[in-house]
Amino acid sequence: MAPTLAMQTKNLDFYYGTFQALHDVNLEFVRSHVTALIGPSGCGKSTLLRCLNRMNDLIPETRADGEVYFNDQNIYTEDVDPVEVRRRVGMVFQKPNPFPKSVYENIAWGARINGFRGDMDDLVETSLKKCALWDEVKDKLKQNALELSGGQQQRLCIARAIAVEPDVILMDEPTSALDPISTAKIEDLITELKERYTIIIVTHNMQQAGRVSDQTAFFLNGWIIEAGDTRDIFFNPREERTEAYISGRFG
Amino acid sequence: MNSAPEAHITHRHEEIMANIQRRRIRGKVWQVLFYLATTIAVLALVVLILNIFNSVFGYVLIQNEVEPETLVASGNLADMQNTELIALLEENLSTGLIRRFNSEELLEERTTKDLALLVQQRIINPTIIESWSMVESIFDQDAIRATQAEYSGAVLQFRSWLTADFLRSPQNPRPQFAGIRTAFLGSLWMILIVMAVSFPIGVASAIYLEEYARADKWYNRIIEVNIYNLAGVPSIIFGLLGLAIFVRLLGGLTQGRTIISAGMTLALLILPIIIINSREAIKAVPASLRESSYGIGATKWQTIWHHVLPASFDRILTGTILAISRAVGETAPLVVVGASTFITVDPDSIFSKFTTLPIQIYQWSARPQEQFRNVAGAAIIVLLVLMLSMNAAAIITRNRIAKNRRV
Repeated sequence: MAPTLAMQTKNLDFYYGTFQALHDVNLEFVRSHVTALIGPSGCGKSTLLRCLNRMNDLIPETRADGEVYFNDQNIYTEDVDPVEVRRRVGMVFQKPNPFPKSVYENIAWGARINGFRGDMDDLVETSLKKCALWDEVKDKLKQNALELSGGQQQRLCIARAIAVEPDVILMDEPTSALDPISTAKIEDLITELKERYTIIIVTHNMQQAGRVSDQTAFFLNGWIIEAGDTRDIFFNPREERTEAYISGRFG
Repeated sequence: MNSAPEAHITHRHEEIMANIQRRRIRGKVWQVLFYLATTIAVLALVVLILNIFNSVFGYVLIQNEVEPETLVASGNLADMQNTELIALLEENLSTGLIRRFNSEELLEERTTKDLALLVQQRIINPTIIESWSMVESIFDQDAIRATQAEYSGAVLQFRSWLTADFLRSPQNPRPQFAGIRTAFLGSLWMILIVMAVSFPIGVASAIYLEEYARADKWYNRIIEVNIYNLAGVPSIIFGLLGLAIFVRLLGGLTQGRTIISAGMTLALLILPIIIINSREAIKAVPASLRESSYGIGATKWQTIWHHVLPASFDRILTGTILAISRAVGETAPLVVVGASTFITVDPDSIFSKFTTLPIQIYQWSARPQEQFRNVAGAAIIVLLVLMLSMNAAAIITRNRIAKNRRV
């Protein structure tokens, strides 16, 4: 496995009960790149995302077969602790979901439970600065995070995720609940963050996938139809179904 | 050619209008039914409250065995010295009775207030010849005056049975001196024990069942079904259970028919309710909150302790307080477990004999003397006020917590 890969799936199948949601998924996620997962609703892209940090473990009666490598380690073996996986593979959700605590506490809590011993004020400030949120909230650190706007809440969630120093950040349609201006801010942020983090993003917005991602994988009914450089997928797809989806003929 | 479709459209329009009218009428009928149902409920409540107040206030006809003016010139016992009061007692009461009082507590060492009370109860000894309800007192005054005329020296007094003395005095065989103190303290002790036992056990079980137990295991399903069934079991059966376990089997630990036995029985009774309420509260915590916690590497326990419990605590607390106020009103299981029928000593530990408000109300209303009905009415008001304040506390706490958490 090449060292430039942050994550990789091999022959990954996933089942909700008896329903198979993923079929034989083989994907590579390049370090410090943004990979977009696209496809119509119910195609399995969110399921794959949640396999990458074992979030699906929390759903009863599900099963994953196959391998998911994170830094050359298969995270689906017995001796891997999913809690540690989730610290190193962070997640940002579709709906902004900050804790109903203060802005400061939202960042600090994750670091504290993970045993952070350094200067907490400093960590909060740098995390917020990395997400271009510091200037907007530096006077509101004691305020409840739910008083922030939707876009600010989502950037706070990203700041919260990077405060525990992950290697990979998974984003599940992070802008679908936001207005265009907030969306643009998040997209800028993604481009800045990819220097230090590997980002995997699920999106329904083709333009967004085109703007922010380096690689793209197109899903249909739990199968990967096509994956590769975003430029190729968008301008030179090998599969007819990929072209049909991207040009908006279905989905 | 054109007229046919137009006619069709008009016809269709009329049909729709008629249909709308029909739907409106149907809605109106239901609205009236709901209105009637609410009216019946409100009426029932008003009648209940009026009935209680009716028995608590009213005229009483009192006759003193000895007029206070013959004992002290002013007619006011409070003007007298201790020694004068003791002299009065020794003069008027049998030596046997004086000896008994002395053996309880030496008369010389008692307070003036105590002594005055003894004189009031034993020498002046006011007896209630007859009492009237509030409605009779207002609308039937002629008959009341006629009755008064039959007894010479009897005083007619408008009496509220709910007085400060009623709250302060213990049980007494004569209604005019009977008080709620012992029962009220008994109820407070009971609340404390029920809370201390059922809250931690109930919430802990709810957390286990909701967060840890695997729903696909047969034994967890059996537990779940049984908890729901237990919540519907009649309380007297819990009383029998308490009698068998806490009074008989564990009698060595609980010392028999004591507050702790009764409290544990009531705690068992409301445990299923607390578990069910707490589970619902935990279930209502949105998945997004749990995911955001797991998503940054929190363990299951960290997620529960820092996010799930704080987010559901207001509902858990409300459910628990409502369950406890149900326990406060329970009578049947306590009768079985063995509440004391007549007790004048304040409970001072969990191993005291006890009585509680509902038990006391039940016993007073079963007495043959009519005046105990008035006393029971006053006790009912005390019980209702206690329960209402607990429910109000539940609502206020919930709102305060909810306001702090949700913006």
